[in-house]
Amino acid sequence: MRANCWQGKRNVQVEQVPEPKILNKRDAIVKITSTAICGSDLHLYNGFVPTMEQGDIVGHEFMGEVVETGPEVKNLKIGDRVVVPFPIACGICFFCGRGMTSLCENSNPNAWMAEKLWGHSPAGIFGYSHLLGGFAGGQSEYARVPFADVGPLKIENGFSDEQVLFLSDIFPTGYMAAEACDIKPGDTIAVWGCGPVGLFAIKSAFLLGAERVIGIDRFSGRLRMAHDKAGAEIINYEQADVLETLKEMTGGRGPDACIDAVGMESHTPGPMYAYDRAKQAMMLETDRPIALREAILACRNGGTVSIPGVYGGFVDKIPFGSLMNRSIQIKTGQTHVHRYLKPLLERIEKGEIDPSFVVTHRLRLDDAPQGYDMFLNNKDECIKVVLKP
Amino acid sequence: MAAHTETQIFPGTYGSRTQRTRNQPARVLGMDENRLARGLGWFSVGLGMAELVAPRAISRLVGTGNHKTLTRAYGLREITAGIGILSSQRPAGWLWTRVAGDMIDLASLGAAVESPHNERGRAIFGLASVAGVTVLDVLCARRLSQQKARAAASIIVDSSPEECYRFWRTLENLPRFMEYLESVRVTGPTHSHWIANGPGNVPVEWDAEIIDDVPNHRLSWRSLPGADVTNSGTVEFDPATGRRGTIVRVRMDYGNQVLAIAAKLAGIAGRDPEQMIRKELRRFKQIIEIGEAITTEGQPAGRRSSVTWLDKIAR
Repeated sequence: MRANCWQGKRNVQVEQVPEPKILNKRDAIVKITSTAICGSDLHLYNGFVPTMEQGDIVGHEFMGEVVETGPEVKNLKIGDRVVVPFPIACGICFFCGRGMTSLCENSNPNAWMAEKLWGHSPAGIFGYSHLLGGFAGGQSEYARVPFADVGPLKIENGFSDEQVLFLSDIFPTGYMAAEACDIKPGDTIAVWGCGPVGLFAIKSAFLLGAERVIGIDRFSGRLRMAHDKAGAEIINYEQADVLETLKEMTGGRGPDACIDAVGMESHTPGPMYAYDRAKQAMMLETDRPIALREAILACRNGGTVSIPGVYGGFVDKIPFGSLMNRSIQIKTGQTHVHRYLKPLLERIEKGEIDPSFVVTHRLRLDDAPQGYDMFLNNKDECIKVVLKP
Repeated sequence: MAAHTETQIFPGTYGSRTQRTRNQPARVLGMDENRLARGLGWFSVGLGMAELVAPRAISRLVGTGNHKTLTRAYGLREITAGIGILSSQRPAGWLWTRVAGDMIDLASLGAAVESPHNERGRAIFGLASVAGVTVLDVLCARRLSQQKARAAASIIVDSSPEECYRFWRTLENLPRFMEYLESVRVTGPTHSHWIANGPGNVPVEWDAEIIDDVPNHRLSWRSLPGADVTNSGTVEFDPATGRRGTIVRVRMDYGNQVLAIAAKLAGIAGRDPEQMIRKELRRFKQIIEIGEAITTEGQPAGRRSSVTWLDKIAR
């Protein structure tokens, strides 16, 4: 089969590889019908995630048709159409039992590696470094799905792939980020980054009752989509001082909650970018937390900073004094996708949201390398790429 | 239950990893070998820095003429050994590199004593100083090598102590989560025969006996005399708070350090023993909680070799 493989920094190639097999009793093999490139795949692409290996199959947003099931998968049949959540979770352990499936204790065979870097290990993730299990990803024709009896969501009511595909990651990710803001009537939410996760965070904030949502980005295409399709007010950080503008918009108090949907590779027109880029190049910090610093400083007293953006290692100059003295709480984590699958599918069924609005480009799987380049460099106002194997 | 909650694996302080095999601690210059090793480590760093920064002064002091580059190279060697000793939990190997370094120093100084270009008096002083340190190094390295290598780890398993004990007490189950084991065969009420994968798939075998068996709480075993790899282990099962399952604690002792190093070379005791136990416990937990250990072995990738450097360090 063909699969998109990580070959090194800024280099992915579609290769011919063997087809996946059932390796554990609760596995299923899924023939992929649609798969997407995630913003967090760009962190892999840019070489910022450690323990990637030449040849690793990437991709963690995918859906398709069940073609084979392991002996202990009773709830799926050959031919079932399923969306697969990106974290791999057993559904039984302490964390799964508490709904925190991205922290499953039994799904990362390389837990010891994560323990060395992070103290404890989270769940395994498809196609996202050996630190997170080294599982082959879903930008391919077929994928092996562990714990298929608890992960995949059956789609039975004729939605198109693009309407339900993003239940695998970015819709629940944006939703969990907004949910973490504990939104009350009248709240104003600011969202850094109007990429796909930022857009779903904006939409979700409105679904959860926010009165105003402000999107912050520098690309006009994304800002336009945040405004036109998601209903946000917008700030272009290359044209306006974000902190000043947010103060002005909120009468000096600041947004009730701030969402960092950017993560470890943020940008800024000011000298801070050069500072963080240089430190990153010299390996004095691994992640550039520019948006996070701004989100903390912008947040109103007693508010929430919610971080769906991916970080991998170490950051510096986090204004911790601002957090502590102003009673700000931080909420973060890889998305516990499993617990959002059904509720969010219901919202799609009720017509409250049609997630396909983010798709700007549809490519063949063979064109995945081109898709990465377009997405990374915002070519042709690229926001979300869906690949068809 | 009260009698069972006392913990033997981590008595008092948690995480202490080495213990002396003798009852009386051996002392050199009023220090036990662990403290002596630290002292020698700092000595290495200090001497190394001096050799690196002021190679001429050091050369003059010990009357070896002016070999600036060579002295600096010796300095680097000293610093490496020093950092190795100070940062290692089991510094015996590093102490032995110091002994090897002493031999090189002695040879160099011996040549200097013979050479007419050098000050004989100072060279003899240098030789005597190094010889003194060498004695300490050898003593310390030998004592450290006699310490047992011990590794301990624990994990919380979502199951009862009874079920965890029952699974472990069925010794044939051990190879399911201890990957280096080929098989364990029960040969008597307390005796069993173990086969492990050695280098080049040559099996390594030994007999073991159970020396302590408190049902549902503790199990201890040790290899019988004549084993290729002397080892012993203890596992304890204690109920976790709030019915959150069982805390499983394991401690393994691998003969003494010389044997442990040999076992490591043989690829049996494997890499970092503590890391190995942590991985085994993870697999134990997975087997108990979900019926089998999760794996990625045999999945596709776009590379020729299915084994990568990560896999190698992982095993």
